[in-house]
Amino acid sequence: MTHATHSADLSGGFTEISHQSARAFREILEAMARPGSIRTVVGALPPAPLSVAAGVVLLTLTDPTTPLHLAGEADCKAVRDWVAFHIGAPLVAAEAAAFAIGTWEALHPVSRFAIGQPDYPDRAATLIVEADRLTNHGPALTGPGIETATWLSLPETAAFHANRALFPLGFDCIFTCGDRLAGVPRSTRVEKI
Amino acid sequence: MTDQAYNFAYLDEQTKRMIRRAILKGIAVPGYQVPFASREMPMPYGWGTGGVQVTAACLVPEDRLKVIDQGADDTTNAVSIRKFFQRTAGVEVTEATAAATLIQTRHRIPETPLTRGQILVYQVPIPEPLRFLEPRETETRKMHELEEYGLMHVKLYEDIARHGQIATSYDYPVKVEGRYVMAPSPIPKFDNPKLSGNPAIQLFGAGREQRIYALPPYTSAVSLDFDDHPFQASKAPHHCDLCGAKNSYLDEVITDDHGGRMFVCSDTDYCAGRRAAGQKGRLWSPEPQEAAP
Repeated sequence: MTHATHSADLSGGFTEISHQSARAFREILEAMARPGSIRTVVGALPPAPLSVAAGVVLLTLTDPTTPLHLAGEADCKAVRDWVAFHIGAPLVAAEAAAFAIGTWEALHPVSRFAIGQPDYPDRAATLIVEADRLTNHGPALTGPGIETATWLSLPETAAFHANRALFPLGFDCIFTCGDRLAGVPRSTRVEKI
Repeated sequence: MTDQAYNFAYLDEQTKRMIRRAILKGIAVPGYQVPFASREMPMPYGWGTGGVQVTAACLVPEDRLKVIDQGADDTTNAVSIRKFFQRTAGVEVTEATAAATLIQTRHRIPETPLTRGQILVYQVPIPEPLRFLEPRETETRKMHELEEYGLMHVKLYEDIARHGQIATSYDYPVKVEGRYVMAPSPIPKFDNPKLSGNPAIQLFGAGREQRIYALPPYTSAVSLDFDDHPFQASKAPHHCDLCGAKNSYLDEVITDDHGGRMFVCSDTDYCAGRRAAGQKGRLWSPEPQEAAP
């Protein structure tokens, strides 16, 4: 980091925005197009408790046009200031959010998030779920983007069952842990093994 | 060299974020057309403004870009889009399908099988498969919502009643993951089987119509048909006259005013690759060497 740090909330954004956001998006695209695959991203240093990967996803996908919900510990002054300075997304309640960020427990009940409308299923929330661990062990994933089957350390299966039953409606998830992330879009079927 | 007057890949960051969000929703709901705020691009509608915007949102500086128009790397549309991104993004370009990381295409899927890690971006003129059957957007949207695709089967049936077979030969509709009927853009139906279960990410951009949709890797895309009239991926019943390929999609080229014609691979990279490997077609003769001055 070469620039002077005046205050915590002014640092930690992309320093070379067009290249860093392009590379980050390609990783996020690969993650969402191949559910369960774990990708590594760089470029953001958001304040605690946000992970690097969560910060990268926020910087890459959110802006003043995307209502954002901060859940649980993510809803602190440092994060609010960082979002206000780097992103400018309006902070809203869960029901009105296009993006939401927090741990799985903080995001619960996930049924309150937007699942889109029958004629516009794209108007659904994207949940950025902060996880303590992210490995390819756990419930089995199948569906579009997965050749046969894969596995991911998901916190539970029931919520994903319920979400898949709503298809083509439903929320989409990006799990983040440190500098790594994995996608679980609504099209993915999750089975307990 | 990158033109410093422009942001990386031409579009501003806010626009790219909007397109990127649309692409991700398209990936999450395969085959569903996501509306997006398409921008005016420095080229006319019909020249691939949708594909160009999707490519701009996906490009990274490390990409090797290939652009094809009807399979050819050297046609006006392909050359101008390739130059556009060379100038505004400074990316490497290639004509080899296997060497490309991102391929923008107008109306063909390359013959060489795509692989994991590649992205295929289609230029789409009419993203709505039901548009010529029902002109009202409000109605087609409702039909997708209710999975009401009977009208499309009526159209295919009328083909059979009139012509004895399904006469639709390009932009042949597919059903994605058993849910959305999707227009694969005007690719020949010969290419339809390559849509399904493809290891690459397939993204579709329609600029004038302001829609983005997607097929994630290994997604099923079944061409609509009937039990007694199964889908057939057809092509001209000839071999390539330059490389001798039996199983590639062919263009017919008129060679004189007396009915002379030849058939050549529409995929120029595939054809050149086969010739370089020593394969010869009926009319192939190496170009004469230019005499030294």
